[in-house]
Amino acid sequence: MSSETLDRSAGATRPRGAGGGSRRRQPALQRVLGKHPLGWLLSTPYLIFLAVVFAYPLFFAVYMSLHDYFFSAPGAVVERPFVGLDNYVAALTDPAVLRSFANVGIFLIINVPLTVVLSLVLATALNKVVHLRTFYRVSYYVPYVTASVAVVAVWLFLFSGGGLVNTLLGPLAPEPSWLINPSLAMPTIALFVTWKQLGFFILLYLAALQNVPNELYESASTDGAGVMRSFFSVTVPGVRSATVLVLVLSTITGANLFTEPYLLTGGGGPNGASASPVLIMYQQGLQQGKPGFAAAIGVILVIVVLIIALLQNRFAGGKEQ
Amino acid sequence: MANQHRVPGQLTRGQAALRSIVLALGALVFLFPFYYMVIGSLQTNPDTSLGGIFPNPANITGENYVAINERINLYSGLLNSGIFAGAVVLGTIVFGILAGYALAVLQWRGRGTTFALALLVQVIPFQLLMIPLYVMIARDYNLGDTHFGMILPYLINSTAVIIFRQYFLQVPKELFDAARIDGAGEMRVLLQVAIPLVRPALVTAILLTFIGPWNEFLWPFLITKEASLQPLAVSLANYISTIASSTANPFGAMLAGAVVLAAPVVVLFIIGQRFFISTDIGSGVKG
Repeated sequence: MSSETLDRSAGATRPRGAGGGSRRRQPALQRVLGKHPLGWLLSTPYLIFLAVVFAYPLFFAVYMSLHDYFFSAPGAVVERPFVGLDNYVAALTDPAVLRSFANVGIFLIINVPLTVVLSLVLATALNKVVHLRTFYRVSYYVPYVTASVAVVAVWLFLFSGGGLVNTLLGPLAPEPSWLINPSLAMPTIALFVTWKQLGFFILLYLAALQNVPNELYESASTDGAGVMRSFFSVTVPGVRSATVLVLVLSTITGANLFTEPYLLTGGGGPNGASASPVLIMYQQGLQQGKPGFAAAIGVILVIVVLIIALLQNRFAGGKEQ
Repeated sequence: MANQHRVPGQLTRGQAALRSIVLALGALVFLFPFYYMVIGSLQTNPDTSLGGIFPNPANITGENYVAINERINLYSGLLNSGIFAGAVVLGTIVFGILAGYALAVLQWRGRGTTFALALLVQVIPFQLLMIPLYVMIARDYNLGDTHFGMILPYLINSTAVIIFRQYFLQVPKELFDAARIDGAGEMRVLLQVAIPLVRPALVTAILLTFIGPWNEFLWPFLITKEASLQPLAVSLANYISTIASSTANPFGAMLAGAVVLAAPVVVLFIIGQRFFISTDIGSGVKG
């Protein structure tokens, strides 16, 4: 391969280095940067992007949560004293924050089992279908690719006091209606998110089902197992790693809830019954001007999600690897 | 041409019928709200009775589209959404291909770390970064109410970088070597050999990269307070949360806006659906 061409293009486009264009420099450059220094050049925009948009804000979030941070006029030099864990204490003793974490718990209790069961059942049914396969796949996936804001509009219409859902239920319609009922607001949001995300998880399971060896079904059938039996004895254990992924991803989705409580229940109503931690971060951090407090909620949220994800991995992941 | 011999796990007739019913019921549950969205957007008076499910010639109107356009200016909303999503697609294509190529084909120190970072950022929740990013971009850099401030955190889609890398890895090494022996420089190898070979990856990446920012609500909502700069998702959400009550047929206007917001992505998705089959693209689509 023509390393000369490579060196020239790398040397010509790379301004850094003291030696200018001397030939001696090239091997040294390669020793430090690897065989193809051009790789660095091509990745530089992406690395800068990661530094600016991910790495720096990550440290900044932790910094903010440990300081009495407040907004000031651009350019003004102000002192923002270190306050240790004060923001964390304030967050963890605030009833509204605790309520929002409990709401995520309610969300997960409804959303996670529903997602796992429905997506696995639909994926299994879809797996052996020949006709209309594409039609089903597309129709299951459409809610997932559509903007939350757009589908929230039609759910508001469906679940409003005099909406179609209550018309169908007739005398069984809840009073007060779904989204303004303190004990039903969060479950309705959980139902909405389950519906919206299900297509993604169906495709995830569908991919996992391709990796379950057919011989297992054959030997199960030889041993006299029926369809139901082989579903529980072969399919369910066979897609276990996908199930762990579904558990972790829906937990992350739950922790990140914002659009749904903001729009479906008019800002976490009624009375904070459907407020999510991210909604509180927005309200307290940006509307009330307490970014340190909000950053602390963010850090707590991420730690909680990490712990839940590790537990799920531990208990649902079984003894593989 | 039914299979005569018994295949293990094959369903009886009753079970097959049950499966069809489950699948059809699923399709109905997923598609009905979209159908109802369109019907509702065309009703003069919101009809929530069972009869309202079917189009009623006496109750059909295009007025709702006019009404929502008076409230939130659909054109500027669509334009801003287009600028936002278009710029992200452009940034991802240009910088993402460069990074993906470097990660797959070139050997350089730090390659493994860079790839690990691309995987790592997939799991960092945006919500943790939301407050510091807002402070940085809106307060420190004074980029609030600008397109650039809106675009910056999304400029390069890491999922697309990973997809590009995967596709470049599948290209046989000999093709690159042959081009190099013919005297092509690395940039020429990339532009004239590598990129034409990974066109399917390009389409997948464009589709999923477009949909993310088009649907995104939280970040543009934080960063744009000026109505003329808001993408459609933000202006429609503001309409839903604040001014809906002052419109004659709030549901009709709301659903009309929802149809306008959803239609481009749904159409794009149906056209490009075969590029969405693999699951590794899912995490790039949010909103």
